[in-house]
Amino acid sequence: MSERYDLLIVGAGPAGLAAALAAADSGLAIALIDDNPAPGGQIWRDGPGVRLPARARRQREALARHANITLLSGTRVVACADDRRLLVEDADSGRLIGYRKLLLCTGARELLLPFPGWTLPGVTGAGGLQALIKGGLPVRGERVVIAGSGPLLLASAATAQKAGAQVLRVAEQASHAAVAGFAARLLQWPGKAVQALGLHQPGYRCNARVVAALGSERLEAVLIQRGGRREELPCERLACGFGLVPNTQLGEALGCEVRAGALAVDDLQRTRLAEVFAAGECTGFGGSELSLVEGAIAGHAAVGQTARAEALLPERARWRRFARQLARSFALDPALKDLPRPDTLVCRCEDVPYSALAGHDGWVGAKLASRCGMGACQGRVCGAVAGYLFGWTPTRPRLPLSPARVDTLLCLEETALPSATGEPVE
Amino acid sequence: MIDLTLDGRPVRVAAGSTVAAALAIGGDGTSRTAVGGARRAPLCGMGICQECRVTVDGVRRLACQTLCAPGMQVETRP
Ligand code: FES
Repeated sequence: MSERYDLLIVGAGPAGLAAALAAADSGLAIALIDDNPAPGGQIWRDGPGVRLPARARRQREALARHANITLLSGTRVVACADDRRLLVEDADSGRLIGYRKLLLCTGARELLLPFPGWTLPGVTGAGGLQALIKGGLPVRGERVVIAGSGPLLLASAATAQKAGAQVLRVAEQASHAAVAGFAARLLQWPGKAVQALGLHQPGYRCNARVVAALGSERLEAVLIQRGGRREELPCERLACGFGLVPNTQLGEALGCEVRAGALAVDDLQRTRLAEVFAAGECTGFGGSELSLVEGAIAGHAAVGQTARAEALLPERARWRRFARQLARSFALDPALKDLPRPDTLVCRCEDVPYSALAGHDGWVGAKLASRCGMGACQGRVCGAVAGYLFGWTPTRPRLPLSPARVDTLLCLEETALPSATGEPVE
Repeated sequence: MIDLTLDGRPVRVAAGSTVAAALAIGGDGTSRTAVGGARRAPLCGMGICQECRVTVDGVRRLACQTLCAPGMQVETRP
């Protein structure tokens, strides 16, 4: 018998978890699929280097109590197939999973901008360093510099410090006025005020940006520019993040509309496809509170509990206001576009330097001429970079959405072939 | 604790550790050799960038998204 669910949720972060729990009392068959080893998304990533917050533990326990929710961790979506099915792959094999309603909670990834030396071992994303530490990466006694923009830098610094690292500097590109204004407004958002405390971190500097990572085999020092001054900080690690980019690939492959870089949804988190909903950071960045309420709205709406979904709209409006303040306060300084030098690699998969891209007038031409975006990450890193540096819109994602094994892809062949020759499927 | 091998050498890590953590605990933290010959290490930590791809028991896997298991053989220089 083929595997099919009434509601299939892709992504088990705050939005996906909230959606599954909201929809659970419908009694329908629900599945949560996620490529991380455990549910919780990045914010509640589990591992030997972390103690999960109470809220995350409660969500997990609630999940385990519902017999109609199937959790498929360590499983990634490789492609969308015909007949409302997704091709997925786990550590052992590939298979097709069917759905009546699909909810995309695919989250966001970090915007990683290129600068000289950013490919050196020792340089990671800011959220990336957090995730690696939670997964058991030892950083005790190491000197860490954190650079980029947004509250995630402080979260990353806190995780590194708790794990025994020495955080030398947190370089925030936004101005002091913008950050102070944001901090002052944080008081309007109970529960968020505590984040403002991080701003008093001794190494925190506004108007500061990373200019280069130095080292031959691995990172040895970081060059930070602040106003007209430069400082060189010897260190073992540099963690950089310049904001978040919604993960829209699966939605786009299905045919959902993308607006301002995020999946477009209506009041009840519906995309333009009747059977597909989307919630959380793939519909725009806003933090975990917004993701939780969007997920709950989508979960209720997807199983026909419209009134319960609508009751949550005021709360969503409130957290969307917070998201807008966040976006305004940490808008990126165009000077960051000048960070790469001609020989700085932009595409890390295919080793394509900035100079090979700069002359082109669009993503397609650059891609064909240079192989940028044609490597293993399929443009997830360099496509976002090209979007920021050159204003290019990435092309619609191609399938498979991520590198997959041949026997997984064969699942698609077997199903596609009979229907193509007019024979009945299955 | 879990015992595995990294490029043929034994490594011991805490239960629940990712292969990305094992790369740093038992080696220099690097995962692969880039097209241009330079060594690379995990970057995004969350299954996006593919910089952490290694061979685990003969199959290409993402080190940051794979948990260590007893007896696992991890290769970073195939
Ligand atoms: S570190 Fe980016 S995919 Fe593993």
